[in-house]
Amino acid sequence: MTFLMSSIKCSLIMDYQLNEQQIMIRDLARQIAQEKIRPKAAEYDEQEKFPWDIMEVLAQSDLFGVYIDEKYGGSGGGVMELAIATEELSKACGGIAVCFAASALGTYPIILFGSEEQKQKYLPDLASGKKIAAFALTEASAGSDASNVQTTARKEGDHYVLNGTKQWITNGGEAQVYTVVAMTDKSKGARGASTFIVEKDTPGFTFGKKEKKLGIRASATRELVFTDCKVPKENLIGREGMGFIVAMKTFDSSRPGVAAQAVGIAQGALDLAVDYARQRVQFGKSISSFQGVQFMLADMATQIEASRTLVYAACRHVDSGAKNVAKESSMAKLFASDVAMKVTTDCVQIFGGYGYMRDYPIEKYMRDAKITQIYEGTNQIQRDVIAHHIIRESIAKNRK
Amino acid sequence: MHIVVCIKQVPESTDITINPETNTLVREGVASIINPYDMYAIEEALRIKEKAGGKVTVITMGPPQAESALREALSMGCDEAVLISDRAFAGSDTWATSYTLAMAIKKLDNYDIIICGKQAMDGDTAQVGPGIAVQLDIAQVTFIRKIDKIDEKAALVERMTEEGYERIEVPLPCLFTVVKEINEPRLPSLKGKMKARKAEVISWNSQDIGADPERIGLKGSPTQVIKIFTPPPRKGGEMIQGDTEEVVDKLTNILKDIVAGC
Repeated sequence: MTFLMSSIKCSLIMDYQLNEQQIMIRDLARQIAQEKIRPKAAEYDEQEKFPWDIMEVLAQSDLFGVYIDEKYGGSGGGVMELAIATEELSKACGGIAVCFAASALGTYPIILFGSEEQKQKYLPDLASGKKIAAFALTEASAGSDASNVQTTARKEGDHYVLNGTKQWITNGGEAQVYTVVAMTDKSKGARGASTFIVEKDTPGFTFGKKEKKLGIRASATRELVFTDCKVPKENLIGREGMGFIVAMKTFDSSRPGVAAQAVGIAQGALDLAVDYARQRVQFGKSISSFQGVQFMLADMATQIEASRTLVYAACRHVDSGAKNVAKESSMAKLFASDVAMKVTTDCVQIFGGYGYMRDYPIEKYMRDAKITQIYEGTNQIQRDVIAHHIIRESIAKNRK
Repeated sequence: MHIVVCIKQVPESTDITINPETNTLVREGVASIINPYDMYAIEEALRIKEKAGGKVTVITMGPPQAESALREALSMGCDEAVLISDRAFAGSDTWATSYTLAMAIKKLDNYDIIICGKQAMDGDTAQVGPGIAVQLDIAQVTFIRKIDKIDEKAALVERMTEEGYERIEVPLPCLFTVVKEINEPRLPSLKGKMKARKAEVISWNSQDIGADPERIGLKGSPTQVIKIFTPPPRKGGEMIQGDTEEVVDKLTNILKDIVAGC
């Protein structure tokens, strides 16, 4: 399949005024994606195997630390650096990329709200990739309605005792560090939630069902089961009752990462589709010479560029330290994931019958894209967040 | 342990074209990389350093832009980099190149091991590594696929041959050329890249290394390229058929004709 070979050369993109370090991160992640991930993407997808060997490569290359302070062993970047790395990895495999990005999701509660002791204890290993993290909020009856968490944390002396089951936890079973949302006071509703750091192998902490998924099949999605699991009180992040603030602020920082994953998946699919269109001959001509195909390619490239622009802008907005970033962060996630779904569907269309076959890499992009519209808040929830902010801003303006 | 790695910057593509008038490679528009075989040499040097301690010096002879190859080697974890660059080196064949590299290596601190890739993928001669060993008058083992043991005084290595492999014990200092079976080169790290960006690359010209002007560049090169051409495609072979006696007869006659023609 020669089109696979030529797709190794990445498409030229606009100048996004990346700084020198960001360019290094991009080039390094691109090299890992091309040399280490692309050749194995189909195998991991097929076998639904966690890509530990790739995680090792990412660790050795220092990519796990791109968004972590230098003080804790990272390289001192932020959400933008995380997005750049995630985008490049996603071009080759959205599933492997999410194993990387989900570790950041699990780490952000510690970065944003952790105590100095917690940061010193956990961040260096997470920055070096010696350990990976996972974030656990979702439960069977607490999806979009995250305030309906049933898992409890009861304070007993120096410990909290956790009971309950978390569902669909990315990196579940593989990660060594978990940030878990549990109710410390159910009577207070959303204000009764708290976040805890729970280490793998803590007695009473086990893993349940491993999910079989439509896409991102290299990533592990699993149940976490807490049965009288004793967690030291030092592992409480922030204060009791801050659980939802921690979760929402974490999502503000992580949604641009999911958006970047969507940009990467879309770009990876388009690169393959352009190569295929140039090589596929019908009616004696390459199908890329037909206007019907050309217009599809033009629309897809334009949509991807627009979503990349929005994602980078949102990342920079978050990294600027702005107080309210939820709206921009949600917009980036919403737009980029909808684009990814549309683009990958059209890319399968360009491949025609071959696109529907699992022997070709393109159908995987369509399967992988779908989750970006669902996780870290469904796109309906994103619209909810965006609308809520627009209306609130309008009310505030009229009050003045 | 001081390990010296000799690398070469080569054009990235394998399907490069040759300018028929100048008989040289068309380098325009072709990205440059570290010769892939040299990547194994760098990796092996880093592994030795990680086990035995010491430092890795990477060295290349080439135009000023070859500095980027050295920086890439630094980003993988090499400690020092030396660029040997001078217009006077232009036109060097493998002998003059080996002499030049050997002169530079002599100027370095005491070395224990020199590692080269088995050959460069543009020239494909596999002569420069062995040439350096001859110029320095040290032992050499080519086509190494494994280093079993190494200490201050000697190394035990496996050398690939067409039939299998040879196990050789060799005193240090010595020169190795390595094949791709020996390891899987690491990727650079972000911190390595950031360090390499700021690192100093030492630059030496022909005088710095005390090279004899008669032995470098075109002057010091006994090889002369008269012409580069694509050989005509071979004609198909002839099948000799029939019973044994017939076949033997025909074959003997053909052989006799060939011998007579010589």
